[in-house]
Amino acid sequence: MPSIKFTLNGKPQTVDAVPEMPLLWVLRDTLSMTGTKFGCGMAMCGACTVHINGDAVRSCITQIQSVAGKSVTTIEGLSADGSHPVQVAWIENDVPQCGYCQSGQIMSAASLLSKKAQPTDADIDEAMRGNICRCGTYGHIRAAIHRAAELKGGKA
Amino acid sequence: MTTISKVNRRDFFKSTTAGAAGLMLAFALPEKNQLNAQFPPPPVFKTTAYIHIGKDESVTFILPKAEMGQGPLTSLSQILAEELDADWTKVRAEFAPVNPALYGFQGVVGSMSIRTLWKPLREVGATGRAMLIQAASEKWSVPASQLRTENGFVINTSTNAKLSYGTLAEAADKLPMPANVQPKDPKQFKIIGKPVKRLDSRAKSTGKQNFGIDVKQPNMVYAVLTRCPVFGGKVASFDASKTKAVPGVKDVVQISNGVAVIADSTWSAMQGRKVLDVKWDEGSNANQSTAAISRMFSELVAQPAGKAARKQGDAGAALASAGQKFEAVYEAPFQSHAPMEPMNCTAHVRADGCDVWAPTQMQTPARDVAAMVSGLKPEQVKIHSQFMGGGFGRRGSVDYVAEVVEIAKAVKTPVKLTWSREDDMQHDQYRPAAMVKLTASLDANGMPSALEIKVATPPFGFMQDGVPGTAVAGLADLEYKIPNLLVAYQGGEAGIPVTYWRAPGACQNTFCLESFVDELAVAAKKDPLEYRRAMLKDSPRLLGALNLAAEKASWGKAPAGHFQGIGLINNIGSYTAMIAEVSVAGGKLKVHKLTCAIDCGHVVNPLILRQQIEGGAVYGLTAGLKGAITIDKGRVQQANFNVYDMLRINEMPVIETHIIPSTEAPGGGGEASTPPVAGALGNAIFAATGKRLRKMPLRDADLA
Repeated sequence: MPSIKFTLNGKPQTVDAVPEMPLLWVLRDTLSMTGTKFGCGMAMCGACTVHINGDAVRSCITQIQSVAGKSVTTIEGLSADGSHPVQVAWIENDVPQCGYCQSGQIMSAASLLSKKAQPTDADIDEAMRGNICRCGTYGHIRAAIHRAAELKGGKA
Repeated sequence: MTTISKVNRRDFFKSTTAGAAGLMLAFALPEKNQLNAQFPPPPVFKTTAYIHIGKDESVTFILPKAEMGQGPLTSLSQILAEELDADWTKVRAEFAPVNPALYGFQGVVGSMSIRTLWKPLREVGATGRAMLIQAASEKWSVPASQLRTENGFVINTSTNAKLSYGTLAEAADKLPMPANVQPKDPKQFKIIGKPVKRLDSRAKSTGKQNFGIDVKQPNMVYAVLTRCPVFGGKVASFDASKTKAVPGVKDVVQISNGVAVIADSTWSAMQGRKVLDVKWDEGSNANQSTAAISRMFSELVAQPAGKAARKQGDAGAALASAGQKFEAVYEAPFQSHAPMEPMNCTAHVRADGCDVWAPTQMQTPARDVAAMVSGLKPEQVKIHSQFMGGGFGRRGSVDYVAEVVEIAKAVKTPVKLTWSREDDMQHDQYRPAAMVKLTASLDANGMPSALEIKVATPPFGFMQDGVPGTAVAGLADLEYKIPNLLVAYQGGEAGIPVTYWRAPGACQNTFCLESFVDELAVAAKKDPLEYRRAMLKDSPRLLGALNLAAEKASWGKAPAGHFQGIGLINNIGSYTAMIAEVSVAGGKLKVHKLTCAIDCGHVVNPLILRQQIEGGAVYGLTAGLKGAITIDKGRVQQANFNVYDMLRINEMPVIETHIIPSTEAPGGGGEASTPPVAGALGNAIFAATGKRLRKMPLRDADLA
């Protein structure tokens, strides 16, 4: 098995893996980083969302070989202590119920805010429609994203 | 009568908070609990809870429940903390181990956590508080009547001296248990009734919350299982030679339910399964189809009324003599639960014992099935309850526990079985499909003089007066005052596995009933709100919810181009009314708003209740607008979210929740708002288009 090198949460990482193995399963099973979740395996639910070079990507269909040389951020690396504005807003707005989809929701929201400091409801619909929540937390997610935008903009 | 007994911590507690001294209480409910009659009478529902106060002032509640998002770890802790007068900032909650002697039956179904534990947890908390006061009384040699408690301290009211619970816990633990301690007057509540933040929000916002699927044990291997695509089918033969050549695959083992591939990662196991060649004996369901099931239902509801689930007056005679009869047939499909975390379980079976890391709503049955499959005694099985990424009734079945224990028995190392989404959707135990035929006559005022309801749906769960309770839920217990009423069960076994699904039975039956009531209101040329009000004069709580929903939704005054519809139900001890506001333009439906009013008695945590009402409504929206599991050649035709979609954020309406203040006993929150949604939507769609949709899900295609 080839060695694949990439940056994971700011640190150099090398894994020996079948090149076609999805990043999701490398993270979860090989590296025991289980914050990134398996939901559908075909990029239909967003539970596995991570950032690759800053973009929100579904890790369940991202082969590990395609990540070589790139920078991957997972929920574990978004902040050291839950202090990312999206996480602060998530807790403040009581978003999680079962919580399973929330790593993916948060990673999608963080990517949106990195590109649009003040997203509209339409921007939120577009960025977040790929993330399913069966507990129905969408109303809280929308409020939390607006709140995170305020926090990021220093309007706490 | 609740009995409280002191138990020896060493017997059951050492694994959870080893080392800390403290106070421990156990209590037992009466054998027979008083549940809302539509819910399964739990076989044994002795319930137990524990308090542990550490010398470090930590307060740990050991709760015999499980967390799937519905919030019991927080809300049940609030009840204990309130009566104990604990410092909420010091409170933690843990899952209790499975122990029938202490806890009776353990499981989370039927929105029962707060309903059944409200009274006993208050008593156990109050008893703990009394023991801490007694310990301080002895230490200070002052009468207990001179002492009060506040926020984790016993306080001498004369001197204002304070002793913390942590310093008193060890002495309190040695005291005899006082009898008949009275809980607080609810007027004194400081924690119950407050929108306390969930204990699990931070972990769930930082990726730190582990779920069943995240379990990892030393030397653990990963498994996936190939099951017969036809329900009830079996393995005839298989060839694993290609599978064994896949990198990472370690083993292939046949179990009762299929062929398992064991590998060094979940993905490797999935790759191995792709090339596994299995010949199936498809069994007797190989020709089953949705069309055939629908035909069977049609024949069943056309037959004379079957076994009565509810009978008052003589609906048959009243309808026979009626001048004009109104009749409609409604239909609902099978639906998948589709929790975001697919089914999974981890087990390690040894000669002398078995550990099972189970994300389950049913801890006691999980233990029992693990014992049965492993051949061990139940007391040799240890269930480690895991957080669940959704349950909705699916995790009330323990099929996946049985599977992994059988695999673990073969491989002899810890093994995690993960279901793919396709496994989860095609081997679910579904919300049953149903067909409901309703026939009514109206009196001179246009109000129903007789109503006959015949239900055809697969039976499951528990029997109630000779009828499967879930088959007639939402119908047999309808609140409308109708002089001649018959609700009858017609049968409907279809060979498709079915089970509890958020508000079982009531979810689809309420769509049928509330839509038909609207049809009758239209026939009587009456306003649907006034029509319902007239039939709810003797149901003050449901009427109160309806009136509040109507007021808050500004019934009859929707914005131009928007139309409203009503749905309501008395379910799980809660009275819920919902008004949907929709528009239909160019054959496209848009749901703008759901206004929900609920009277669920005493509210423990309004924040969690609102989460549950909103979440339950979204679950109802997906059921009402999206999902249909269909069968062909005995197989489920949908496999993943690309063809079985869920409501997404861009389709989310405004959801308003209005809670009616009440001091009645608490009702359930998790299944209150799901049932009224589809009926309210269908009625709003009729108001908008004049089209009466009698089949769930309600789709744009039917509006063209």
